[in-house]
Amino acid sequence: MSDVPRGGGQRSSGPPVIGPGHTYASVTDKISSIVLARRTPVFWVVGFFLSFLLAMGLLTALSYLFAKGLGIWGINQPVEWAFDIINFVWWIGIGHAGTLISAILLLLRQEWRTSINRFAEAMTLFAVACAGLFPIIHLGRPWLAYWLLPYPNTMALWPQWRSPLVWDVFAISTYATVSLLFWFVGLIPDLATLRDRARRKGFQVLYGMLAMGWRGSALHWHRYEMAYLLLAGLATPLVISVHTIVSFDFAVGIVPGWHSTIFPPYFVAGAIYAGFAMVLLLSIPLRKVYGLEDFITMRHLQNMAKVMLATGLVVGYGYVIEAFMAWYSANPYETYMMSNRMRGPYAPAYWALMLCNIVAPQFLWLKRVRSSPPALWAIALVVSIGMWLERFVIIVVSLHRDFLPSSWGMYSPTIWDWTTFLGTIGLFLALMFLFIRFLPMISIFEMRTLVPEAKPYGKEAVPEESVAGETG
Amino acid sequence: MSAVTAVGAPRIWGLLAEFETPDELLHAARNARDEGYRRMDAYTPFPIHGLSDAMGFRPTKLPLLVLAGGLVGGLTALAAMWFSTTIHYPLNVAGKPFASWPMFVPITFEATVLFAALTAVFGMLGMNGLPMPYHPVFNAPRFAFASRDRFFLCIEARDPGFDLETTRAFLSRLGAREVVVVEE
Repeated sequence: MSDVPRGGGQRSSGPPVIGPGHTYASVTDKISSIVLARRTPVFWVVGFFLSFLLAMGLLTALSYLFAKGLGIWGINQPVEWAFDIINFVWWIGIGHAGTLISAILLLLRQEWRTSINRFAEAMTLFAVACAGLFPIIHLGRPWLAYWLLPYPNTMALWPQWRSPLVWDVFAISTYATVSLLFWFVGLIPDLATLRDRARRKGFQVLYGMLAMGWRGSALHWHRYEMAYLLLAGLATPLVISVHTIVSFDFAVGIVPGWHSTIFPPYFVAGAIYAGFAMVLLLSIPLRKVYGLEDFITMRHLQNMAKVMLATGLVVGYGYVIEAFMAWYSANPYETYMMSNRMRGPYAPAYWALMLCNIVAPQFLWLKRVRSSPPALWAIALVVSIGMWLERFVIIVVSLHRDFLPSSWGMYSPTIWDWTTFLGTIGLFLALMFLFIRFLPMISIFEMRTLVPEAKPYGKEAVPEESVAGETG
Repeated sequence: MSAVTAVGAPRIWGLLAEFETPDELLHAARNARDEGYRRMDAYTPFPIHGLSDAMGFRPTKLPLLVLAGGLVGGLTALAAMWFSTTIHYPLNVAGKPFASWPMFVPITFEATVLFAALTAVFGMLGMNGLPMPYHPVFNAPRFAFASRDRFFLCIEARDPGFDLETTRAFLSRLGAREVVVVEE
């Protein structure tokens, strides 16, 4: 099946990825009407208001932080890294599913990615924005963050190229840039659709400028498809490198519980796991309120559930190997680290993590659970919490008791830690709300390639499947 | 170029034929090419497989450009790190080598990807001549449907074989729903 158009045309087995009866015009009108509708739905106003309030909490917390310094957080010696780095790793991991869906599934010709890739990419972008905030604000003097960049300066100083923390700067900024480019390139043809369909002058001008004069020329599509494919090919190794480098932040350190070669693959799997959980958390309510069940079908939800189950098992394997290596190494510090996780003062966090990340996804083996959106939503929520706890256990529980018992300590977050964390959730959701109101949350032009009439040489097209069944 | 200029009258950009399905457009593009037309373009709401071949486009040079961009990015990063650690500010850390290249791999990789991705996007936009605020084809009354559900083929007036009446008749014969004159 090599001569099929990108993102469509290929009929794989299983239920269809789009509801029956759709045409080019109907998918275009349905998706663009969400953006072009004059009336803003009530739930949007309420949801945006609440997330905006949380984001204002972030603004308050950051203002106070910049005025007072890091002392307002719960960090201390020996727990120098806590909520800041936990949240950084959590957010950046969430972002990874968006790139996975848009790039890796594109290269693998998984046509079901089409209806979820756009908002998954937006999710990536906003998650990376939240993540990028933390390394900057956790600096003692955040206004000197630009010292991390190589630029000619009178101090004749260079960044420390051998530090994973500097690698992080390059990895995260590259990731943010490439995600933005990928997302925007995907949007250009849809912006042209909105420009052509907008009734109000202001929107015509706004979308017109953003679409840059896109006119769907065959020659343009010719280069566009190549650029999109190249971006996907570039983003695929990039996304793996980003979380690998994030895991180096720990693995290169000698703290027991960090110094481990399993970290890169285990972090990447965890990132995809957390990211798919977030895609489910967002897509289940969205398809419901906007009536998009024809586009984000049960097949999408089931496939995402399967990816979650698979990556969840990889993560579970990581936990088992961590415990095994601690015992097998016979290294007293490693052994103690593990027994401290299981029986120490933070043991509830460890066991809750096991419950959330290993036990909860096992329900996904059952088809009944995979085909129930509320159950999937609940599991996705539990997994998101579990992935946050994982970073808490890795960071705080490893740091608070390392080599010398005389330098052990305890950590507890302050109100400002929580305000900052919840504030980034607010910022993320507020940006998501703005995105679904002003930009098409599903790629319109790619959806057109999925409708039955889009099969080239229509006469020999495969018979249309009639119902959005729930097999597979 | 100056095929149909009368003083005062708007110059003609070309003839735009509207089709209802990708198959009809593919068929029309092939026929137009067989007929000898070269300066033409199709406008579609999504990329259509086989259209590039039907239109006779050569493979794009974008991949080469992206390769060059990636190499420039990676080599720049590597050169900057090598220069700073061996020449500009050598720092002896526990007797380790100055040019410790394995530690330079991650940043070299990231810079390669960054430059290649920027080249892919801006190269594509540049080759396509975007942003382009004005294009004659937007003057066609039903052209807005090119971003919804219609497929257009435009034979441009600068094609040596272009003749208003012959070309119009030719396009109508191909099953075009409507053929309109696009003014410049």
